Amino acid sequence: MERTKRFLGFVLSFPGIIWLTLFFLLPTTIIVVYSFMTPGPYGGAYLPFTLKYYKMMITNQGFWILFMRTVVISVISTGICLALALPVAYYIATSKYKNFLLSLVIIPFWTNFLVRIFGWLVILGNNGLINRVLMYLHIIDKPVSLMYNQWSVILVIVYMYLPYMILPLYSSIEKFDFHLLEAAMDLGASRTKTIFSVLLPSIKGGISAGIVLVLIPVLGSYAIPDLVGGKDGAMLGNLIARQLTTARNWPLSSAISMIFLLISTVGLLVYLKFGEVRNRRNRVIYEDYIKEETNKIG
Amino acid sequence: MDKEFNVLGKRRFSFIMTLLIMIFFYLPIAMLIALSFNSARQGVIWTGFTLKWYSVLFRDDEIWRAFLNTVIIALTSSTVATAIGVLSAIGIYWHNFRLKRYFQALIYTPLIVPDILMGVSMLMFFVSLRIQLGLFTIFIAHVTFSISYVILIVIARLEDFDYSIIEAAQDLGASWYQIFFKIIIPMIKPAIIASFLLSITLSIDDFVITFFVAGPGSTTLPLQIYSMIKFGVSPEINALSTLLIGATFIISIFGLRFRKLIFS
Repeated sequence: MERTKRFLGFVLSFPGIIWLTLFFLLPTTIIVVYSFMTPGPYGGAYLPFTLKYYKMMITNQGFWILFMRTVVISVISTGICLALALPVAYYIATSKYKNFLLSLVIIPFWTNFLVRIFGWLVILGNNGLINRVLMYLHIIDKPVSLMYNQWSVILVIVYMYLPYMILPLYSSIEKFDFHLLEAAMDLGASRTKTIFSVLLPSIKGGISAGIVLVLIPVLGSYAIPDLVGGKDGAMLGNLIARQLTTARNWPLSSAISMIFLLISTVGLLVYLKFGEVRNRRNRVIYEDYIKEETNKIG
Repeated sequence: MDKEFNVLGKRRFSFIMTLLIMIFFYLPIAMLIALSFNSARQGVIWTGFTLKWYSVLFRDDEIWRAFLNTVIIALTSSTVATAIGVLSAIGIYWHNFRLKRYFQALIYTPLIVPDILMGVSMLMFFVSLRIQLGLFTIFIAHVTFSISYVILIVIARLEDFDYSIIEAAQDLGASWYQIFFKIIIPMIKPAIIASFLLSITLSIDDFVITFFVAGPGSTTLPLQIYSMIKFGVSPEINALSTLLIGATFIISIFGLRFRKLIFS
């Protein structure tokens, strides 16, 4: 019986294992290998193995400027997302119209990615909404350039990724026991103290899930900086693409991609660690419950 | 509402924040819808109502081709991803086999890896194997990033399920075939529908990965919109955006019924 079950599990999972190994693991491994190889004249990667492109990456000043900008833009955007998402998630979780409000968050989140970027081009552009309104109010008399800088990139990133922060925060606030707040206030804690010492520590899991879900994809942004960032708002993703398509330097492109591979691995570990903590805690509660019940019977 | 929910005061601050965020979410979308009916060729100044951009859009052969490609890819890739994902989820959840841990890692990683890494690695993979870039490579890429979502959704559903039902069926003499089609599949049907819908939305929405693995003649709608934004905006794009927003609303109304499964 046990052997049949084991065999069936393997057979059912077999297509999935093969597919992900072939089309996800293998391509990712290719990047690792190529990053140590030599570029061909029309792309591709050839022997001999070399560390040249890692050295080139690390010693290049342009790389460091882009790297630092990418980190700064991503951290600021994630911070803004967290700050904005907390009150919204709290409001939705404690509202009578939970389902309706959640739908309002999810619908733009499902709307086409590029369509939403384009919506911001229409608002921020030289002929766009903001410039027109400011000109109409005679605050400015010539359009000012609101796009193609780091701030426009941050604005659009926050717009795109805010739902990824709101949703995990919402689900952990919803599970939160609000009696704890009451208890803290009854014991004389101030509102601020209650929020920071009771509410926030209890929804740590949701906060870390939200940070992982926003920070990692944002670090790898490509389309947003490409369309609203211009030269001053370019990020590492744009450098990888340029090295791959225009410069046709596959090893350098792979070496830069390795940064994202490392970051993703760390993110995955954080995510899995918090998941495990949660499971372990549930198990403890469950075991206590069983003990209690057994004692009653005994 | 229970009074305990209001311990932090009247929630005035969080209400104002929520209101502002909703305006922030819907402003760009509302702008595009309004502009698609505006007769002005450029800019945001209202010069009168028109449907001409829609008729221009419907006569654009390139758009039709991109639309057709998008539909073909979305339907085929979500069907394959759902089929593979459902089988894998059942296998991984109920049965212990030696590769289980390896497979779990393999499922979680694609969810976390940035799109650009997946796009670049697949491009290098296909070119190295001399596979012609086109609809086929886009199909493979879309199945790959959808499978993980399907597995997670189906596993969430399986967790609510009592395994003893299967054992009972076995004791009563049901074959594996009967157990699969008479018990498991009907039970996880909502999860199957939810994952199929989610895979379709992921496929229609994907730009970055598709951008890298697409070849000549395999333009999808997001790629088409990208080139329209990048190389000269024509008012057609507002009409196209409005239609896509409309399609999202319709899919959302279906999909929201399964929201709990997708975001749990």
